[in-house]
Amino acid sequence: MDRARALSRLKFADSGFRLMTLASALVVLVLLAGVAIALFAGAWPAFHEFGFGFLFSDAWSPPREKFGAATAIYGTLVTSLIAMLIAVPVGLGIAVFLTELCWLPLRRPIGVAIELLAGIPSIIYGIWGVYYFRPVMQSYIQPFLIGTLGNVPVIGFLFQGPPFGYGVLTAGLVLALMILPFITAVSRDVFDTVPTVLKEAAYGVGATTFEVVGNIVLPYTRVGVIGGVMLALGRALGETMAVTFVIGNATKIQTSILAQGTTISAMIANQFADADPGLFTSSLLALGFILFVITFIVLAAARALLASLEMKA
Amino acid sequence: MANLYSGRKRRNLVWTGLAYGATGLGLTMLVIILATLLWNGLGGLSLDVFTKNTAPPGVVGGLLNSIVGSLITTGLGLAIGAPLGILAGTYLAEYGRNDRLATVVRFINDILLSAPSIVVGLFIYELLVVPVGHFSALAGGVALAVLGAPIMVRTTEDMLNLVPNQLREAASALGMPRSLVIQHIAYRAVRSGIITGVLLAIARMTGETAPLIFTALGNSLFTLDPTGPMSSLPLIIYEFARSPYAEQQSLAWTGALILTFAVLALSIAARALSAQTQQK
Repeated sequence: MDRARALSRLKFADSGFRLMTLASALVVLVLLAGVAIALFAGAWPAFHEFGFGFLFSDAWSPPREKFGAATAIYGTLVTSLIAMLIAVPVGLGIAVFLTELCWLPLRRPIGVAIELLAGIPSIIYGIWGVYYFRPVMQSYIQPFLIGTLGNVPVIGFLFQGPPFGYGVLTAGLVLALMILPFITAVSRDVFDTVPTVLKEAAYGVGATTFEVVGNIVLPYTRVGVIGGVMLALGRALGETMAVTFVIGNATKIQTSILAQGTTISAMIANQFADADPGLFTSSLLALGFILFVITFIVLAAARALLASLEMKA
Repeated sequence: MANLYSGRKRRNLVWTGLAYGATGLGLTMLVIILATLLWNGLGGLSLDVFTKNTAPPGVVGGLLNSIVGSLITTGLGLAIGAPLGILAGTYLAEYGRNDRLATVVRFINDILLSAPSIVVGLFIYELLVVPVGHFSALAGGVALAVLGAPIMVRTTEDMLNLVPNQLREAASALGMPRSLVIQHIAYRAVRSGIITGVLLAIARMTGETAPLIFTALGNSLFTLDPTGPMSSLPLIIYEFARSPYAEQQSLAWTGALILTFAVLALSIAARALSAQTQQK
């Protein structure tokens, strides 16, 4: 009898544990669906009031209850673009250094140091950006850009206006620093998957390091590198704290990248505390929903690319 | 011929030079950031920081309530997120290795892993702050759990996949039910790996600011009550860094120094632990 009872208890515990793990796995699914549903529900009054025009309107006037997402979306895209333009080449450069050029005993310490950059909380980049990087931008980099690139025809309009220090470019540069380690980490890992024989064959016929990277490593790892870059893009689009401190938080689209601007996340972080319940709060939630949709698409594409790579390997 | 060679050599020199330069730039920035933290934060580091609460300008204050708040919100996040993450990771590796549900969960988890934290904050605001009617540390803990759990799901699954199948088969052959095989054989074999994931998740949760703005809100008073608003280190840095008063700015830097070194210590510990596991 005892034996039967013990066995049935064991069976009960066994299926209980299985169900618990299954439930936890399902919670992960529910969480993502919950984010989408909760944000959409909160955003509904704003979407209902402004319709599709919400996406394209650059109005942002709490007293008149007129809201539009264009300014924030524009700022988000431009800061992320600037960040990618700088972080992708530098991040790939570091990955090439780590896999091809670095003296072996130094490889791990330098890799860890770069990964530590990724571990620093984003608020630290924010406080550093506003106290140290912003003055440097204001006194040196921005006047230099205004004096040189500002006078170049065609692209000159991007670099005009007074040097505030705060602005879209400053935010983009701080973002670049933040996502750099992500690009380096992923590309180093995919560079490591290149079979040594392939590289040795190329070196054997006399190729230089540059030629090996350009003709063997990059073509072989193209998909993985793009996946890593898009993962970093997902980070850049959603980053809040580092951007809020240095972008200036102006709710107006300006053509110069030296001018102050805002991003979706900076706008939410800045204005949420002061927002009245109703259309104002709902519009901020609508911004959050738009950010969620944009990053979801980017991250899903990145993961799909990286997953297809794993399948091949 | 000689021309071609020297051209290729020159190009190689330029590009490898740029790769060296990029690495130099990355390392320099790391050193600069850590140096500014030490430079500005060490000066304000005193016993007051750990024994006094945040104070209005003009009064000598510390960061006691924020440090305790950080520990509590992160602790709540861990208490909710760790079981969830480890169990879900167990399902992916042990039960549903190849079924369709596991594939979907894995994909969604990877997206949650890098989802913008501010969006998660808004979600928890809608879920736990609006219905209740006030901000709470508990809501902050749940938001942190949502951010930390995917890390633990991922590492738990990766680690369990390293357990050799013979080990599981040997235990099953002795008549052990599946759940006991997992709990007593698989978990034990990769314990340090799972702890690595937990440490990484704590590091991530400790440093998050954006989701706490809408959930834990912040509080200038000392409190241990998880159902009310609570301060935390990232929140107080966010507030004091924008303050016009020098003493509050200095406290923000000190808080930033404490926070960064806590987070870096955690991630270095996690790395050391995982290196040890791999060697085994």
